[in-house]
Amino acid sequence: MSVDLATLLAILAMTAATVLTRISGLFLIRHVSLEGSRRKAIESIPPAVLMAVVAPTAFATGVAETIACAVTAFAALRLPMLVSVALGVVSVAILRALGL
Amino acid sequence: MRGRLAPTSNKWAFQVTENTRLQDFLGGIRSIAPLIAAVIPIGLVFGAVAATKGLSPAETGLMSALVFAGGSQFVAMDIWTHPTSWAGVGFAALLVNIRHVLMSASLATKMDGFSPRSRFASMLFLADEIWAMAEFRARVATLTPAWFAGLVAPFYLAWVVSGIAGAAAGAFLGDPVVLGLDFAFPAVFIVLVMGFWKGPETGAVLLVSGAAAVATQHFVPGVWYIAAGAIAGLLTALVAGSREKQEVAS
Repeated sequence: MSVDLATLLAILAMTAATVLTRISGLFLIRHVSLEGSRRKAIESIPPAVLMAVVAPTAFATGVAETIACAVTAFAALRLPMLVSVALGVVSVAILRALGL
Repeated sequence: MRGRLAPTSNKWAFQVTENTRLQDFLGGIRSIAPLIAAVIPIGLVFGAVAATKGLSPAETGLMSALVFAGGSQFVAMDIWTHPTSWAGVGFAALLVNIRHVLMSASLATKMDGFSPRSRFASMLFLADEIWAMAEFRARVATLTPAWFAGLVAPFYLAWVVSGIAGAAAGAFLGDPVVLGLDFAFPAVFIVLVMGFWKGPETGAVLLVSGAAAVATQHFVPGVWYIAAGAIAGLLTALVAGSREKQEVAS
Protein backbone atom coordinates (compact mmCIF):
# COMPACT_ATOMS: atom_id res chain seq x y z
CA MET A 1 0.00 0.00 0.00
CA SER A 2 2.76 2.40 -0.90
CA VAL A 3 2.37 5.76 -2.57
CA ASP A 4 5.21 6.66 -4.90
CA LEU A 5 6.44 10.26 -4.65
CA ALA A 6 6.35 10.93 -8.41
CA THR A 7 2.84 9.44 -8.53
CA LEU A 8 1.73 11.60 -5.62
CA LEU A 9 3.09 14.70 -7.35
CA ALA A 10 1.26 13.76 -10.55
CA ILE A 11 -2.01 13.24 -8.64
CA LEU A 12 -1.60 16.60 -6.90
CA ALA A 13 -0.93 18.34 -10.22
CA MET A 14 -4.09 16.78 -11.68
CA THR A 15 -6.04 17.81 -8.56
CA ALA A 16 -4.84 21.41 -8.78
CA ALA A 17 -5.75 21.62 -12.47
CA THR A 18 -9.19 20.12 -11.89
CA VAL A 19 -10.02 22.28 -8.86
CA LEU A 20 -8.95 25.37 -10.80
CA THR A 21 -11.35 24.58 -13.66
CA ARG A 22 -14.20 23.74 -11.27
CA ILE A 23 -14.13 26.93 -9.24
CA SER A 24 -13.24 29.37 -12.02
CA GLY A 25 -16.82 29.43 -13.30
CA LEU A 26 -17.82 31.06 -10.01
CA PHE A 27 -15.38 33.91 -10.64
CA LEU A 28 -16.23 34.09 -14.33
CA ILE A 29 -19.90 34.91 -13.79
CA ARG A 30 -18.94 37.77 -11.47
CA HIS A 31 -17.12 39.53 -14.27
CA VAL A 32 -19.18 38.62 -17.31
CA SER A 33 -22.75 39.86 -17.38
CA LEU A 34 -25.22 37.16 -18.30
CA GLU A 35 -28.34 38.78 -19.63
CA GLY A 36 -30.67 38.17 -22.53
CA SER A 37 -29.25 36.06 -25.33
CA ARG A 38 -26.07 35.26 -23.38
CA ARG A 39 -28.11 33.78 -20.61
CA LYS A 40 -29.90 31.66 -23.19
CA ALA A 41 -26.61 30.59 -24.74
CA ILE A 42 -25.54 29.29 -21.33
CA GLU A 43 -28.35 26.77 -21.66
CA SER A 44 -26.50 25.25 -24.60
CA ILE A 45 -23.36 24.56 -22.56
CA PRO A 46 -24.49 21.17 -21.18
CA PRO A 47 -25.17 19.48 -24.55
CA ALA A 48 -22.16 21.16 -26.21
CA VAL A 49 -19.76 19.94 -23.53
CA LEU A 50 -21.10 16.39 -23.38
CA MET A 51 -21.15 16.07 -27.17
CA ALA A 52 -17.54 17.24 -27.45
CA VAL A 53 -16.40 14.52 -25.05
CA VAL A 54 -18.28 11.73 -26.77
CA ALA A 55 -18.05 12.70 -30.47
CA PRO A 56 -14.71 10.99 -31.29
CA THR A 57 -16.04 7.72 -29.84
CA ALA A 58 -19.34 8.08 -31.66
CA PHE A 59 -18.05 9.07 -35.09
CA ALA A 60 -14.35 8.29 -35.40
CA THR A 61 -13.49 5.11 -33.50
CA GLY A 62 -15.11 2.19 -35.28
CA VAL A 63 -18.33 0.81 -36.74
CA ALA A 64 -19.17 -1.08 -33.53
CA GLU A 65 -18.85 2.09 -31.43
CA THR A 66 -20.88 4.20 -33.86
CA ILE A 67 -23.75 1.70 -33.98
CA ALA A 68 -23.69 1.20 -30.21
CA CYS A 69 -23.82 4.98 -29.70
CA ALA A 70 -26.89 5.16 -31.96
CA VAL A 71 -28.53 2.28 -30.05
CA THR A 72 -27.85 4.07 -26.75
CA ALA A 73 -29.22 7.37 -28.05
CA PHE A 74 -32.46 5.83 -29.37
CA ALA A 75 -32.90 3.79 -26.20
CA ALA A 76 -32.51 6.95 -24.14
CA LEU A 77 -35.58 8.46 -25.86
CA ARG A 78 -37.86 5.88 -24.27
CA LEU A 79 -36.05 3.75 -21.70
CA PRO A 80 -34.63 4.52 -18.27
CA MET A 81 -31.06 5.77 -18.12
CA LEU A 82 -29.48 2.60 -16.75
CA VAL A 83 -31.23 0.32 -19.26
CA SER A 84 -29.99 2.52 -22.12
CA VAL A 85 -26.40 2.37 -20.85
CA ALA A 86 -26.64 -1.42 -20.43
CA LEU A 87 -28.04 -1.80 -23.97
CA GLY A 88 -25.12 0.25 -25.30
CA VAL A 89 -22.56 -1.89 -23.49
CA VAL A 90 -24.17 -5.15 -24.61
CA SER A 91 -24.42 -4.00 -28.24
CA VAL A 92 -20.79 -2.90 -28.39
CA ALA A 93 -19.68 -6.25 -26.93
CA ILE A 94 -21.76 -8.18 -29.48
CA LEU A 95 -20.68 -6.01 -32.43
CA ARG A 96 -17.02 -6.34 -31.45
CA ALA A 97 -17.41 -10.11 -31.11
CA LEU A 98 -18.82 -10.11 -34.65
CA GLY A 99 -15.60 -8.43 -35.74
CA LEU A 100 -16.98 -4.97 -36.54
CA MET B 1 -47.57 21.92 3.24
CA ARG B 2 -46.15 20.87 6.55
CA GLY B 3 -44.75 24.34 6.98
CA ARG B 4 -48.25 25.82 6.85
CA LEU B 5 -49.62 23.38 9.39
CA ALA B 6 -46.72 23.79 11.78
CA PRO B 7 -47.21 25.90 14.88
CA THR B 8 -45.00 28.95 15.08
CA SER B 9 -42.82 27.50 17.84
CA ASN B 10 -39.16 27.52 16.92
CA LYS B 11 -38.64 23.89 17.73
CA TRP B 12 -41.29 22.88 15.23
CA ALA B 13 -39.96 25.16 12.55
CA PHE B 14 -36.52 23.70 13.03
CA GLN B 15 -37.83 20.16 12.67
CA VAL B 16 -39.67 21.09 9.52
CA THR B 17 -36.56 22.51 7.84
CA GLU B 18 -34.59 19.45 8.92
CA ASN B 19 -37.29 17.33 7.37
CA THR B 20 -37.23 19.20 4.04
CA ARG B 21 -33.46 18.92 4.01
CA LEU B 22 -33.63 15.19 4.48
CA GLN B 23 -36.30 14.93 1.77
CA ASP B 24 -34.08 16.94 -0.57
CA PHE B 25 -31.04 14.84 0.27
CA LEU B 26 -32.98 11.63 -0.43
CA GLY B 27 -34.35 13.16 -3.63
CA GLY B 28 -30.80 13.81 -4.80
CA ILE B 29 -29.84 10.20 -4.02
CA ARG B 30 -32.84 8.91 -5.97
CA SER B 31 -31.92 11.01 -9.00
CA ILE B 32 -28.29 9.92 -9.08
CA ALA B 33 -29.01 6.23 -8.33
CA PRO B 34 -29.06 5.00 -11.96
CA LEU B 35 -25.83 6.88 -12.65
CA ILE B 36 -24.21 5.24 -9.64
CA ALA B 37 -25.03 1.84 -11.09
CA ALA B 38 -23.52 2.99 -14.39
CA VAL B 39 -20.40 4.49 -12.85
CA ILE B 40 -19.39 1.39 -10.87
CA PRO B 41 -18.29 -0.55 -13.98
CA ILE B 42 -16.47 2.57 -15.19
CA GLY B 43 -14.69 2.82 -11.86
CA LEU B 44 -13.77 -0.88 -11.96
CA VAL B 45 -12.36 -0.46 -15.46
CA PHE B 46 -10.42 2.61 -14.38
CA GLY B 47 -8.92 0.71 -11.43
CA ALA B 48 -8.00 -2.25 -13.63
CA VAL B 49 -6.31 0.04 -16.18
CA ALA B 50 -4.47 1.85 -13.37
CA ALA B 51 -3.21 -1.50 -12.06
CA THR B 52 -1.77 -2.36 -15.49
CA LYS B 53 0.09 0.99 -15.34
CA GLY B 54 1.66 -0.03 -12.03
CA LEU B 55 -0.51 2.04 -9.68
CA SER B 56 -1.24 0.48 -6.28
CA PRO B 57 -4.84 0.37 -5.01
CA ALA B 58 -3.88 3.13 -2.55
CA GLU B 59 -2.59 5.36 -5.35
CA THR B 60 -5.64 4.62 -7.48
CA GLY B 61 -7.98 5.47 -4.59
CA LEU B 62 -6.07 8.66 -3.87
CA MET B 63 -6.35 9.77 -7.48
CA SER B 64 -10.09 9.03 -7.64
CA ALA B 65 -10.70 10.79 -4.32
CA LEU B 66 -8.67 13.91 -5.08
CA VAL B 67 -9.17 14.36 -8.82
CA PHE B 68 -12.72 12.90 -9.04
CA ALA B 69 -12.93 13.44 -12.81
CA GLY B 70 -13.15 10.21 -14.78
CA GLY B 71 -12.28 11.60 -18.21
CA SER B 72 -9.01 13.17 -17.11
CA GLN B 73 -8.13 10.09 -15.04
CA PHE B 74 -8.48 7.83 -18.10
CA VAL B 75 -6.42 10.26 -20.17
CA ALA B 76 -3.73 10.29 -17.45
CA MET B 77 -3.57 6.49 -17.63
CA ASP B 78 -3.16 6.75 -21.41
CA ILE B 79 -0.04 8.89 -21.08
CA TRP B 80 1.25 7.41 -17.80
CA THR B 81 4.98 6.59 -17.67
CA HIS B 82 7.24 5.38 -14.86
CA PRO B 83 8.18 7.62 -13.14
CA THR B 84 5.42 9.79 -14.49
CA SER B 85 5.73 13.44 -15.47
CA TRP B 86 3.57 15.55 -13.16
CA ALA B 87 3.62 18.40 -15.65
CA GLY B 88 2.41 16.13 -18.46
CA VAL B 89 -0.56 14.62 -16.65
CA GLY B 90 -1.32 17.93 -14.93
CA PHE B 91 -1.56 19.76 -18.24
CA ALA B 92 -3.63 16.96 -19.78
CA ALA B 93 -6.03 17.19 -16.81
CA LEU B 94 -6.29 20.95 -17.32
CA LEU B 95 -7.11 20.46 -20.99
CA VAL B 96 -9.66 17.67 -20.48
CA ASN B 97 -11.33 19.51 -17.60
CA ILE B 98 -11.33 23.03 -19.04
CA ARG B 99 -14.99 22.31 -19.85
CA HIS B 100 -15.62 22.58 -16.11
CA VAL B 101 -15.18 26.35 -16.45
CA LEU B 102 -18.28 26.47 -18.64
CA MET B 103 -20.08 23.91 -16.50
CA SER B 104 -19.51 25.72 -13.21
CA ALA B 105 -20.36 29.09 -14.78
CA SER B 106 -23.63 27.63 -16.04
CA LEU B 107 -24.54 25.95 -12.76
CA ALA B 108 -23.49 28.94 -10.66
CA THR B 109 -26.36 30.94 -12.19
CA LYS B 110 -28.78 28.36 -10.71
CA MET B 111 -27.43 28.32 -7.15
CA ASP B 112 -29.32 31.21 -5.59
CA GLY B 113 -30.18 29.16 -2.52
CA PHE B 114 -26.52 28.42 -1.74
CA SER B 115 -24.28 30.35 0.63
CA PRO B 116 -20.94 31.45 -0.91
CA ARG B 117 -19.18 28.75 1.06
CA SER B 118 -21.49 25.92 0.03
CA ARG B 119 -21.31 27.09 -3.59
CA PHE B 120 -17.56 26.81 -3.43
CA ALA B 121 -17.70 23.40 -1.74
CA SER B 122 -20.28 22.13 -4.24
CA MET B 123 -18.15 23.14 -7.21
CA LEU B 124 -15.28 20.96 -5.97
CA PHE B 125 -17.47 17.92 -6.73
CA LEU B 126 -18.57 19.02 -10.19
CA ALA B 127 -18.27 15.69 -12.03
CA ASP B 128 -20.14 15.50 -15.35
CA GLU B 129 -22.91 13.24 -14.05
CA ILE B 130 -23.50 15.29 -10.90
CA TRP B 131 -23.52 18.51 -12.87
CA ALA B 132 -25.94 17.14 -15.48
CA MET B 133 -28.41 15.96 -12.82
CA ALA B 134 -28.14 19.34 -11.06
CA GLU B 135 -28.87 21.12 -14.37
CA PHE B 136 -31.90 18.87 -14.96
CA ARG B 137 -33.13 19.61 -11.45
CA ALA B 138 -32.69 23.37 -11.86
CA ARG B 139 -35.12 23.26 -14.79
CA VAL B 140 -38.01 21.94 -12.72
CA ALA B 141 -37.27 23.09 -9.17
CA THR B 142 -34.96 25.24 -7.08
CA LEU B 143 -31.62 23.58 -6.54
CA THR B 144 -30.83 23.27 -2.81
CA PRO B 145 -27.54 22.39 -1.08
CA ALA B 146 -29.15 19.31 0.51
CA TRP B 147 -30.34 18.01 -2.85
CA PHE B 148 -26.90 18.59 -4.34
CA ALA B 149 -25.28 16.79 -1.40
CA GLY B 150 -27.60 13.85 -2.09
CA LEU B 151 -26.13 13.69 -5.59
CA VAL B 152 -22.53 14.00 -4.45
CA ALA B 153 -22.20 11.73 -1.41
CA PRO B 154 -23.16 8.34 -2.88
CA PHE B 155 -21.68 9.07 -6.31
CA TYR B 156 -18.33 10.13 -4.87
CA LEU B 157 -18.22 7.07 -2.64
CA ALA B 158 -19.09 4.75 -5.54
CA TRP B 159 -16.41 6.26 -7.77
CA VAL B 160 -13.62 5.99 -5.19
CA VAL B 161 -14.54 2.51 -3.92
CA SER B 162 -15.06 1.00 -7.38
CA GLY B 163 -11.69 2.40 -8.50
CA ILE B 164 -9.92 0.80 -5.53
CA ALA B 165 -11.77 -2.47 -6.10
CA GLY B 166 -10.82 -2.45 -9.78
CA ALA B 167 -7.16 -1.84 -8.94
CA ALA B 168 -7.19 -4.62 -6.36
CA ALA B 169 -8.93 -7.09 -8.67
CA GLY B 170 -6.75 -6.00 -11.59
CA ALA B 171 -6.29 -8.75 -14.13
CA PHE B 172 -9.07 -10.90 -12.65
CA LEU B 173 -11.66 -8.65 -14.27
CA GLY B 174 -10.81 -9.91 -17.73
CA ASP B 175 -10.44 -7.70 -20.77
CA PRO B 176 -12.84 -4.76 -20.37
CA VAL B 177 -12.81 -4.15 -24.13
CA VAL B 178 -14.16 -7.66 -24.90
CA LEU B 179 -16.90 -7.20 -22.29
CA GLY B 180 -17.73 -3.78 -23.71
CA LEU B 181 -17.31 -2.23 -20.26
CA ASP B 182 -15.07 0.52 -21.61
CA PHE B 183 -18.18 1.68 -23.48
CA ALA B 184 -20.08 2.44 -20.27
CA PHE B 185 -18.31 5.81 -20.09
CA PRO B 186 -19.38 7.19 -23.51
CA ALA B 187 -22.81 5.53 -23.11
CA VAL B 188 -23.47 7.56 -19.95
CA PHE B 189 -22.53 10.74 -21.81
CA ILE B 190 -24.88 9.93 -24.69
CA VAL B 191 -27.79 9.33 -22.33
CA LEU B 192 -27.06 12.67 -20.66
CA VAL B 193 -26.84 14.49 -24.02
CA MET B 194 -30.26 13.13 -25.01
CA GLY B 195 -31.70 14.54 -21.79
CA PHE B 196 -30.74 18.06 -22.84
CA TRP B 197 -32.57 17.93 -26.18
CA LYS B 198 -34.80 20.99 -26.56
CA GLY B 199 -35.45 21.12 -30.28
CA PRO B 200 -33.69 22.19 -33.51
CA GLU B 201 -31.48 24.74 -31.74
CA THR B 202 -30.02 21.95 -29.61
CA GLY B 203 -29.49 19.96 -32.82
CA ALA B 204 -27.41 22.79 -34.31
CA VAL B 205 -25.29 23.02 -31.15
CA LEU B 206 -24.73 19.25 -31.11
CA LEU B 207 -23.84 19.16 -34.79
CA VAL B 208 -21.25 21.93 -34.57
CA SER B 209 -19.81 20.74 -31.26
CA GLY B 210 -19.51 17.15 -32.53
CA ALA B 211 -18.00 18.16 -35.89
CA ALA B 212 -15.48 20.49 -34.25
CA ALA B 213 -14.48 17.81 -31.73
CA VAL B 214 -13.98 15.12 -34.39
CA ALA B 215 -12.03 17.47 -36.68
CA THR B 216 -9.81 18.72 -33.85
CA GLN B 217 -9.14 15.21 -32.61
CA HIS B 218 -8.17 14.21 -36.16
CA PHE B 219 -5.76 17.07 -36.83
CA VAL B 220 -4.48 18.14 -33.40
CA PRO B 221 -2.60 15.70 -31.17
CA GLY B 222 -3.61 15.51 -27.51
CA VAL B 223 -6.98 16.25 -25.96
CA TRP B 224 -7.72 19.73 -27.31
CA TYR B 225 -10.84 18.34 -28.97
CA ILE B 226 -12.99 18.56 -25.83
CA ALA B 227 -12.38 22.28 -25.33
CA ALA B 228 -12.65 22.93 -29.09
CA GLY B 229 -16.00 21.15 -29.41
CA ALA B 230 -17.48 22.75 -26.29
CA ILE B 231 -16.50 26.26 -27.36
CA ALA B 232 -17.70 25.73 -30.94
CA GLY B 233 -21.09 24.59 -29.58
CA LEU B 234 -21.32 27.61 -27.28
CA LEU B 235 -20.44 30.00 -30.12
CA THR B 236 -23.17 28.43 -32.25
CA ALA B 237 -25.71 29.16 -29.54
CA LEU B 238 -24.42 32.73 -29.13
CA VAL B 239 -24.68 33.40 -32.88
CA ALA B 240 -28.15 31.84 -33.06
CA GLY B 241 -29.20 33.90 -30.03
CA SER B 242 -28.01 37.24 -31.43
CA ARG B 243 -29.64 36.52 -34.80
CA GLU B 244 -32.92 35.89 -33.09
CA LYS B 245 -32.52 39.17 -31.25
CA GLN B 246 -31.90 41.06 -34.51
CA GLU B 247 -34.99 39.54 -36.06
CA VAL B 248 -37.05 40.65 -33.11
CA ALA B 249 -35.53 44.14 -33.30
CA SER B 250 -36.06 44.64 -37.03
